[in-house]
Amino acid sequence: MFFYKTTMDRRDFLKTLAAAGALVTVKSSGMMDVMASTMPSSATADGNADLAAIMNGEPAAMLEAAMKELGGISRFIKKGDKIVIKPNIGWDRTPELAGNTNPDLLEALIRMCQDAGAAEIKVFDHTCDNWSRCYDHSGIEAMVKKVGATMVPAHEQSYFQNVEIPGAKTLKNAMVHKAIIECDKWINVPVLKNHGGALMTCAMKNHMGIVWDRRAFHSRGLHQCIADICTYKPAVLHIVDAYRTLATNGPQGRSASDVVLTKALFASPDIVAVDTAAGKFFTGINKNIKFEDIEHIPDGQKLGLGTMDLESINVKRVRL
Amino acid sequence: MLRKIRTALAIAVIAILTFGFIDFAGIIDNPLLQKIQFGPALLSLSIVTLVCLIAATLLLGRLYCSVICPLGIFQDFFNWLSKKFDKKKKYGYKPERPWLRWAVLVALIIAWLCGFTFLVGLLEPYSAYGRMADELFRPVYLFGNNLLAAISEKTGNYRFFKVLISLKSIAAFVVAILTLLVIGHFSYHYGRTWCNTICPVGTLLGFFSRFSLLRIRIDKDKCNHCLACQRKCKAYCIDSANQKIDYSRCVDCFDCIDACKQKAIYYGPVKCSRNPKENPETDTVDESKRQFLKSTLAIAALAPAALEAKVTGKKDERVPMSPPGSVSHRNLLQHCTACHLCVSKCPSHVLKPAGLEYGLGGMMQPVMKFDDGYCNYDCNLCSQVCPAGAIRPLTVDEKHHTQPGRVVFNKDICVVNVNRTSCGACAEHCPVQAIHMVPFIGGLTIPETTPELCVGCGGCEFICPVKAVHIEGNPIHLTAKEPDQDSNIQTQDFDFGF
Repeated sequence: MFFYKTTMDRRDFLKTLAAAGALVTVKSSGMMDVMASTMPSSATADGNADLAAIMNGEPAAMLEAAMKELGGISRFIKKGDKIVIKPNIGWDRTPELAGNTNPDLLEALIRMCQDAGAAEIKVFDHTCDNWSRCYDHSGIEAMVKKVGATMVPAHEQSYFQNVEIPGAKTLKNAMVHKAIIECDKWINVPVLKNHGGALMTCAMKNHMGIVWDRRAFHSRGLHQCIADICTYKPAVLHIVDAYRTLATNGPQGRSASDVVLTKALFASPDIVAVDTAAGKFFTGINKNIKFEDIEHIPDGQKLGLGTMDLESINVKRVRL
Repeated sequence: MLRKIRTALAIAVIAILTFGFIDFAGIIDNPLLQKIQFGPALLSLSIVTLVCLIAATLLLGRLYCSVICPLGIFQDFFNWLSKKFDKKKKYGYKPERPWLRWAVLVALIIAWLCGFTFLVGLLEPYSAYGRMADELFRPVYLFGNNLLAAISEKTGNYRFFKVLISLKSIAAFVVAILTLLVIGHFSYHYGRTWCNTICPVGTLLGFFSRFSLLRIRIDKDKCNHCLACQRKCKAYCIDSANQKIDYSRCVDCFDCIDACKQKAIYYGPVKCSRNPKENPETDTVDESKRQFLKSTLAIAALAPAALEAKVTGKKDERVPMSPPGSVSHRNLLQHCTACHLCVSKCPSHVLKPAGLEYGLGGMMQPVMKFDDGYCNYDCNLCSQVCPAGAIRPLTVDEKHHTQPGRVVFNKDICVVNVNRTSCGACAEHCPVQAIHMVPFIGGLTIPETTPELCVGCGGCEFICPVKAVHIEGNPIHLTAKEPDQDSNIQTQDFDFGF
């Protein structure tokens, strides 16, 4: 397909890395390690976008357009990689109710990774509601099986393993799902939703599904812990599903009247940038929420996870 | 031949019924064999089931006890086992002890009238078996599954998944173990003695089976009084010397038919000329029965007051929560035989056997606890499976508006208030916005509750790191209100916003 042509060779990659490193040093010298691993290729030399914002398309078409702007999936994953795709499957909801990531988007992404030569693709989420009902009613389990990827359970502590998080301020260690620990790279695919506590849930908040004990997050300071877990093993790419947006009564929603058909998608290797873009989009839909009040995004920037300054990065906006 | 059919049917029934209890994967979501059990049918007054079972007994005798009752089949297994170890095992004939059977039955009726349903459930055979299946057999099955899952996981296969094995309640475990030991002991040594002296269902069906159309009969001409049938009879009901059979105790196992070398025993219709009064026991029975009734009723008159004092004397700080569909604590208390089918079926591990939450009388009945999970908003499984009408069937929509309990928020220990950090886990888990976050000090948000909206699912209580929110049960379930819809929402002409 056309967007695979823009593959980086090693020299390009090193150049990119050096540029990223330089930028990071300027921005915040203290969090060098985290930044370098979080944003492997911000300010790319070859004109690839840092953030793609797509609108007015079906999920698969918007993903394709976004990846074209970002330089193709092979910018992020290599042949033979063991990949984990981590959607939000938190709630016992059907796709129409927008409680979980859109299965059509996930299907297109899995096929894309398969075409790029991924050796193994696992999909999981530590759900809030009963896991088998979530996996089933979200339509994700059936889709994953259909396309030949692996759906991994995450409802039992034995699927998780304790890890150190050296970059963390508060959450120095956590039980993280073995699939994340063992994979080469992972892709974070949140769904954009209203959230009773955090006002909005997106890429950063979606990390709560890779850990076992979420109560620890809540008792030790939610926002800091979310920012902390994002430093553990940063996803190579964040793809925000905003095809249907749960505008109110999130993160579960009560009925279809909470859902708005927004037909949008945001993708970036920079988690703070993607949450900023999604947040600004979201507060344009639910006007009761002020973007400034969504605290965990500036928290993430403070930790050096990425930038909220969308002017400073190469943003591509596409209306299909 | 008849015996073989009976055995095959019994094995099939107990296998399917047990699977209904141990099946965690939802392969059988709505077990049917559980619905035709006499005890729960009686307490739920499901007339159709009762009429069918009684009609079947009047037609065929107590076949129910041999092929439908799981505890009966379970006892036959022990009986079979005992014969494997003791090849020379013999039974004999013992006269009926009607006063004991009827005493137990009357005592149970009185206990039930006094709100002491626990005793009824304790002796009701299907429920006794259900508790064993749920507390004892299920963990073994789950353990096997987890072993399989661990092995297959190593090979990258996630077809099998691990499941939570938890001790739901120590009391329930102890009750199940004791049931196993007592039933095992009785059936290993004394055949069906339990069924014919203690079991209330046995007593009731025994009353009807006296008049059954088809029954075990002795061909007096062929019989040579060899006692072979009597020695085989695990119900001790064949008086071979007098060529008489006590049909109130015969469970139609057909063991005697196979034992008889003379082919003098057969299963066939009773002769029209036969007078039920021919059985000398029926007459003697009546007197003792009547006497017993009198004395027990006298005690019964005093019992409720004593019990009431006991129950109200024990004050629990929290009102327990009965499952949605159970209507009220009282309804649950009246109907639930504590078979634990709902407990075993609850996919979220919410339903647990009660200790003293409902008082002594409601022990072992299902109570909602949020230690291992919370009630799934769209799940109505417990209400669908209950065979006793203790949890009445609810549609998902009906369940959305049922309020078995409501949220209580204790701000003093909430992490937002105490630690001044953000949380909101409770609001996140609330499916109906009965908890939502409102502005607090310095940009923080703190929970605010709207109890009228609460459906008592316990999501908030389950996830709260400090248990600052909990659900207080409604002794009589209420209706949850619908929330208002937010209007400040853009539904078209979207902008990127950046």
